[in-house]
Amino acid sequence: MTLDLPFIWAGLIAFAVLAYVILDGFDLGVGILFPFVKGERNRDEMMNSVAPVWDGNETWLVLGGGGLFAVFPLAYAIIMPALYAPITIMLLGLIFRGVAFEFRWKTKRGQFLWDWAFAGGSTIAAFAQGVALGALVQGIPVVGRAYSGGWWDWLTPFSLLTGLALVIGYALLGATWLIWKTENHVQRRAYDIAFWVAPATLVLIGLVSAWTPFLNAVYMHKWFSWPHVLLAVPIPALVLVAAFVLLKGLTERREVSPFLASLSLFVLCFIGLGISFYPHIVPNSVTIWDAAAPDNSLAFLLVGAVVLVPIILAYTAYSYWVFRGKVNAVGGYH
Amino acid sequence: MDLFDPLVLARIQFAFTVSFHIIFPAFSIGLASYLAVLNGLGLWTGRSVFVDLFNYWKKIFAVAFGMGVVSGIVMSYQFGTNWSVFSDKVGPVLGPLMGYEVLSAFFLEAGFLGVMLFGRERVGPKLHFLATLMVAFGTFFSAFWILSVNSWMQTPAGYAINANGQFIATDWWAVVFNPSFPYRLVHMVLAAYLTTAFVVGAVGALHLLRDRSNQAARIMFSMAMWMAAIVAPIQIVAGDFHGLNTLEHQPAKVMAMEGHYDSHPDGAPLILFGIPNSAEKRIDYAIQIPKLSSLILKHDLNAPLAGLDTIPVDKQPPVAIVFWSFRIMIAIGFAMLGLGIWSLWLRYRGRLYDTPWMHRAAILLGPSGFIAVLAGWITTEVGRQPYTVYGLLTTAQSASPIAAAAVGASLIAFIVVYFALFGAGTFYILRLMNKPPHPHEPGLDPDEPIRAGGIMPAPAMDAAGALQPAE
Repeated sequence: MTLDLPFIWAGLIAFAVLAYVILDGFDLGVGILFPFVKGERNRDEMMNSVAPVWDGNETWLVLGGGGLFAVFPLAYAIIMPALYAPITIMLLGLIFRGVAFEFRWKTKRGQFLWDWAFAGGSTIAAFAQGVALGALVQGIPVVGRAYSGGWWDWLTPFSLLTGLALVIGYALLGATWLIWKTENHVQRRAYDIAFWVAPATLVLIGLVSAWTPFLNAVYMHKWFSWPHVLLAVPIPALVLVAAFVLLKGLTERREVSPFLASLSLFVLCFIGLGISFYPHIVPNSVTIWDAAAPDNSLAFLLVGAVVLVPIILAYTAYSYWVFRGKVNAVGGYH
Repeated sequence: MDLFDPLVLARIQFAFTVSFHIIFPAFSIGLASYLAVLNGLGLWTGRSVFVDLFNYWKKIFAVAFGMGVVSGIVMSYQFGTNWSVFSDKVGPVLGPLMGYEVLSAFFLEAGFLGVMLFGRERVGPKLHFLATLMVAFGTFFSAFWILSVNSWMQTPAGYAINANGQFIATDWWAVVFNPSFPYRLVHMVLAAYLTTAFVVGAVGALHLLRDRSNQAARIMFSMAMWMAAIVAPIQIVAGDFHGLNTLEHQPAKVMAMEGHYDSHPDGAPLILFGIPNSAEKRIDYAIQIPKLSSLILKHDLNAPLAGLDTIPVDKQPPVAIVFWSFRIMIAIGFAMLGLGIWSLWLRYRGRLYDTPWMHRAAILLGPSGFIAVLAGWITTEVGRQPYTVYGLLTTAQSASPIAAAAVGASLIAFIVVYFALFGAGTFYILRLMNKPPHPHEPGLDPDEPIRAGGIMPAPAMDAAGALQPAE
């Protein structure tokens, strides 16, 4: 029996991207919420809640990008130029917030600048990621082995909507994370914010989901034709369940269930995207088998991935276990 | 060249972002090893001054490493955004190598960096030493893969070309250990060590000028000068071997480095200085030593050496840039050697810590390693033009189909952001260096998040053992 290496790798890269979205999602969300919580000590507390983990979270982005280059070079070569502006803006945003983590503690006089860099960089990176996603979903023109559109093609009402949706969605992840990990003032503020962004996220998920099938007949077919609909129907149903758990958890002032429900929403939306995309990696033009490098390249890297990815996951899980419990402004985790 | 040509703009952008990036790894590769040595010496001798030095340089390492990571993320996307045709064609060969770099860097960050930065008290000195060694090994491993990728582009091997026009690997061993890789790896790792040694030496010299009795400053200065005295000559020899390898595989690059527009059938001169005149195809005001170039490159005074006149004009690299950057690198290399020899003499006379002019010279040469590294990379990268994959894929064929306006706008954004943010980071590093090292040098404040903290910093170990989770 021969392994279907492109399929295995598509699964691995999808996993890396999902890991990135839900992990960096909540720490970007904390950055997005920075301007909405006043007070230096409160902000210290917010930053401390993600400080030990955010760096590892972001490395999944490099793994996703690097993996795409290694395994699906054709997809990498088509998608990156098509998303030139949003990718560049995202990278710059990530640099701003990345250095802010460190520089904010190196100065008192300039602290407000790094607060802005953290909040602004996080928000811009999240928005650019959402726009990039929307631009990919709406389809990009391909001729031969290259992107054939212009450099403003990514900018459409749909991609702006997905950009907004991701900012609000990450804000929800950030708010529910803070509910879990903080106490007192910050936690109360996080509940207040979550009461706004939770319904907003649900409305935006609904809008994007309703719009997507009309972008392209293939999406319509994948979601609404028999027998595909059998596979597709559980997703919206589970979204409703997660939404119920989220809103119930918030009204009952639960601490953990809102975060888990928000994560579930993201996982479900990601699976939904997978249903829309599969078997394509560039929607509706390039399949994962078209884009894959030869099997010997995939096998060569798979050896390393099979050994190292489980170790990395174990470390990650261990580190989250160690940092369980509440955070405060001065003592880090306690 | 048209400045509004998207190809030119994309090249400037790549050169700018990669040049900014290389500064940080060049420093952190060397510093990681230095930290491992300090840690080992502390363990071996039991002297607390080594722990003080370790804590002093660790704080600087954390900032530099963090900036290396964020500027590196940009690089991993730059191939796709600006060099998409290149990515499509070489991805099957180079992608897995880059993938291994990412995996090993990830592994290092996840596992050992946090322990190194925060963990001495928590895991005990021996495990902490092991973590420091692993960080040093990890930075070396990153360099290994990246230099293998770069070397393959310079001297491709172990490949075939498939029906889609993509390079595919036929022999991974030949791909990874391609002909120029061992030379480039040795040359770059030594360069990183020298760069770090001169930074350490300059900081030591600065604090010696202020207080000759500062024990930690004396030790770091002495260690740095040993490195200069020992590694600078080795580096010059390694560079010579690398040059001979280049002559074998990329003769046009060596012609540009040497400024040989013309062929010399009976012994080529070594041009020390001069001004390349590409229009007239000669070196103006050349100061040269007859036949010496043939002696260096062929080990024979009268060996014939071909010049750029044997290379079609559209296959020649730009001479002036390569000629100058090569000379800057060489000049710095010999200045480093000179300082190393001077230090040996002063050490012999017992005046190493009491010669202010020596210390001033060491401060002056503090940043020289960075300049030499950049000049060396400019020599090799400009010298391989007009190719991205040498002899097989031209730079012009490699670029993305992107409008000049898009590339120009992103270039400006990168320039503004990099100067602002990495300028601030460099300022914080210099401020740390300006503080004298002292006994009981504190480590990092564990409450302060560090960009490079990895996902398992020391509070992890602490929390695992002593602390109770909140209710």
